[in-house]
Amino acid sequence: MTLLSNALLGLALAPLTLLAQDRYMTRTGHVDFHSSTPIEDIHADNDKAVSVWDAGTGALEISMLIKAFTFKKALMQEHFNENYMESGKFPKSNFKGSIKGVTAAQLAVAGTYPVTVEGQITIHGVEKPVKAGGTITVDGKGGIRADSQFKVKPADHDIKIPGAVRDNIAESIQITVRFDYTKMP
Amino acid sequence: MRKILLLNIALVLSASAFAQNDLLGMLGEEETGPEYTNAAFKTTRVINAHSLENTANGVLDFRIGHRFGPGNGGLQDFFGLDGATVRLGFDYGVNDRLMVGFGRSGYQKTLDAFVKYKLVRQCDAGCKAPLTVAIVAASSMTTLDAQEVPWYDPAREDYFTHRLSYAWTLIVGRKFSEGVSFQLNPGVVHRNLVASADDPNDVFHASGAGRVKITKRLAFNAEYFHVLRNGLEDQFKNSLSVGFDIETGGHVFQLHLSNSAGMFDRAFITESNGDWARTFGPPGDGAGIHFGFNISRVFTLKEPKRPKA
Repeated sequence: MTLLSNALLGLALAPLTLLAQDRYMTRTGHVDFHSSTPIEDIHADNDKAVSVWDAGTGALEISMLIKAFTFKKALMQEHFNENYMESGKFPKSNFKGSIKGVTAAQLAVAGTYPVTVEGQITIHGVEKPVKAGGTITVDGKGGIRADSQFKVKPADHDIKIPGAVRDNIAESIQITVRFDYTKMP
Repeated sequence: MRKILLLNIALVLSASAFAQNDLLGMLGEEETGPEYTNAAFKTTRVINAHSLENTANGVLDFRIGHRFGPGNGGLQDFFGLDGATVRLGFDYGVNDRLMVGFGRSGYQKTLDAFVKYKLVRQCDAGCKAPLTVAIVAASSMTTLDAQEVPWYDPAREDYFTHRLSYAWTLIVGRKFSEGVSFQLNPGVVHRNLVASADDPNDVFHASGAGRVKITKRLAFNAEYFHVLRNGLEDQFKNSLSVGFDIETGGHVFQLHLSNSAGMFDRAFITESNGDWARTFGPPGDGAGIHFGFNISRVFTLKEPKRPKA
């Protein structure tokens, strides 16, 4: 055998081992949060969340850069990073857990499947258990979308809100997640 | 050959085993675009000096600068409350690198305008620049009556160009840590007309400024302008200012002490009348230091491009 054929064999084997497992990924996952108070609505979007979901085991991981959240107001974005999330110290938020309620076999059939997501969420360096409802939508053309909404309390994650702006920031923040997964090669 | 085959198999096996434990690890390193350092200073001015920060893209910054009279004026001047001077200005961030601004000062009834451009932006990730380099080009025009300008000479025709001055500043600075930023901001001020032949038209200065954050929303700032080659007229001093930035929602308040009353380059670099040594001196000896404040209020005129919800 030549060196080349060996290398080719290796390359050919690598995807095989992964193919056997129903893994899905995205690098452009959408996560937004919305804080609503009578005084002010605050909204920010992140379109760069990274996620891998193993439909075989249900295992789900999500990671995103805090600095990738964009706001309408540049100063608000700066304060979000500097004063609240301290993104210099805690650059990322993560989720590690699982999706329950859908099997790998169902992903071949078009439809919308209600699921539960459960695991540990890390925001501002503080890890908390989280449980949320959601849906997995299979469009039958190979597209798989995951949607979920849940609430997070800044106080639970040690994010301090000074008295002067306490009425501007909701006690509990609505998080919306929308991931368009593609099957991993 | 067999070794290579084994190595291949081992690699494949270890890759899949690794992936079992760390799903995201399978994706390898994330590709992120350049990530520039932000918030080296809370606002675009340290005190009087331009900081290495720009007004954000699409944001209008309305700035009110206020300097009281010298604090050693005593009760008669109500410790500086009389004789205050004000600058009102608008700055705008044209894009991520360019900002423009203009203002009007009560000091010698002066209009000023500037452009500031970031040549190099300090980078956190995805690029290499260890510091920020920016240039500021500014000009000012006094609208005082001809007899009131400091260089008044009845024998001389009062040309419009006499009223102009220019200033170029090079800013080289770095945010060293979350709380500590420092910059050098040397430059030159060109005065089209000066009071006497002994006074240079071009005044060079070697200057610097820094800030230390005390809490997340409170910072201590200091800046010093050192004029080179005897560029100052005798009655003027080098400008030294210290102060605090206090940040609330949409405002930044800067409270400071300075021996400068003017708030545009020519005024504070070449015409600072106060003297720190006279802070507590009797009013008759001359001006001490001024208490002052800047207020910055930003308005978003052009929203940044954002992902669709």
